[in-house]
Amino acid sequence: MTAAPARPDDPAPGRRPALPLPRGPLSEALLRALARPPGTPLPDRTDGADPYGDDLHLALHCAYELHYRGFTGVDDAWEWDSGLLRLRAALERDFLTALRDDCGPARPAAEALGELLTEPAGDGDGVPGRLAEHGERWQLREYAAQRSLYHLKEADPHIWVVPRLWGRAKAGMVAVEYDEFGGGRADRIHSALFAALMADLGLETAYGHYTDACPAEMLALTTMMSAFGLHRALRGALVGHFAAVETTSSPASRLLVRALERIGAGPDAVRFYAEHVEADAVHEQVVRREVVGGLLAEEPALDAEVAFGADATAFLEDRLSRRLLAAWRENRTSLVTPLPPERPRPATAPPDPPPPAPGP
Amino acid sequence: VPGDQGAERRRVTPVPHGPMLVEGPVEVVLDDGTRVVSDRFTVALCTCRRSRIYPWCDTSHRRRTPPRRKERDREKDGNT
Repeated sequence: MTAAPARPDDPAPGRRPALPLPRGPLSEALLRALARPPGTPLPDRTDGADPYGDDLHLALHCAYELHYRGFTGVDDAWEWDSGLLRLRAALERDFLTALRDDCGPARPAAEALGELLTEPAGDGDGVPGRLAEHGERWQLREYAAQRSLYHLKEADPHIWVVPRLWGRAKAGMVAVEYDEFGGGRADRIHSALFAALMADLGLETAYGHYTDACPAEMLALTTMMSAFGLHRALRGALVGHFAAVETTSSPASRLLVRALERIGAGPDAVRFYAEHVEADAVHEQVVRREVVGGLLAEEPALDAEVAFGADATAFLEDRLSRRLLAAWRENRTSLVTPLPPERPRPATAPPDPPPPAPGP
Repeated sequence: VPGDQGAERRRVTPVPHGPMLVEGPVEVVLDDGTRVVSDRFTVALCTCRRSRIYPWCDTSHRRRTPPRRKERDREKDGNT
């Protein structure tokens, strides 16, 4: 492996994103309050908001982001504000109740995870297969903009679970997370590799830049991760979710490598998914054998929770996938607001010196 | 140091119907003499020979089903 050159990570490391735009009464109330001092009153009920809707998930997203990077102009003390936590609990209750209903009756973890081990013949009918076969550059840019909501904090939501695990589960989880965080090399942190992919596709690489553009379907995937990661009671679901992600990632990444090569993307873009083909084939084994196996050996009562985490992931991924495919089938944007037209790509290397003047 | 060799042993775990897990870092010498290396904490070596990134596993050993089944699953959870 050759030494990697310095990569374009976040252009302003440590800078906090701006608050996003509201999408309904709940997010409006929360965003207004966040601009004011902690203790500013907040609603404590959701009043029947759609449990998968834009308003609820944007509000939940903002409540959780206080635990990651916070926002420009928002007091850090909001993170543990009792009124905010009360609202967050109401949002979580609606979302998780709907999610459990939609995932159906309890079933064994081995059954839920086992289903993920069968691949469709050919490229399948999901988003990666479609992009590999006939994806266009604008669709791959939209896909990356959506996924940036997670990949620019890749593996962060999962690290919360570590103190709630022990023995084989803890050792396996930390080993995989160490790999996600670059194995001790800042230039190999997966979120930095994703920023390089975004730069190659002419996208903004700043953390949180595409929050306003992301539909509820994408927000819900990341709010689910934060909910599972932040609640010790949901540690089984977090582990099941993580196992589902690692199990499905390698074959999907192989298709996304093909999709990027198809549109002539650069090596930085291809590298992110190529790395995931190889890394996640390893992670899948470690997570299923050590993390899931270790957790269930210690806490067999969590078996159905592991299945729930895997099933919830598949359910929300399927919703996002349907949104993307439906929009692209009609040749329209899958985002809330379309991406601005792409600026001409700057050369990645300094321009060639002018050719020598032709000899006489 | 005699008697202390246990600490130096690499653990190798064959996965039934899957790859061979080997503690990294590893150097693999292929039939044609090519050497490939991985610094990962564990590597998954392909044993089915179907991998497109041989000698590393890329999950190509998995069973495949006709796409029919996926569509049926989709109809089952119908609402959009």
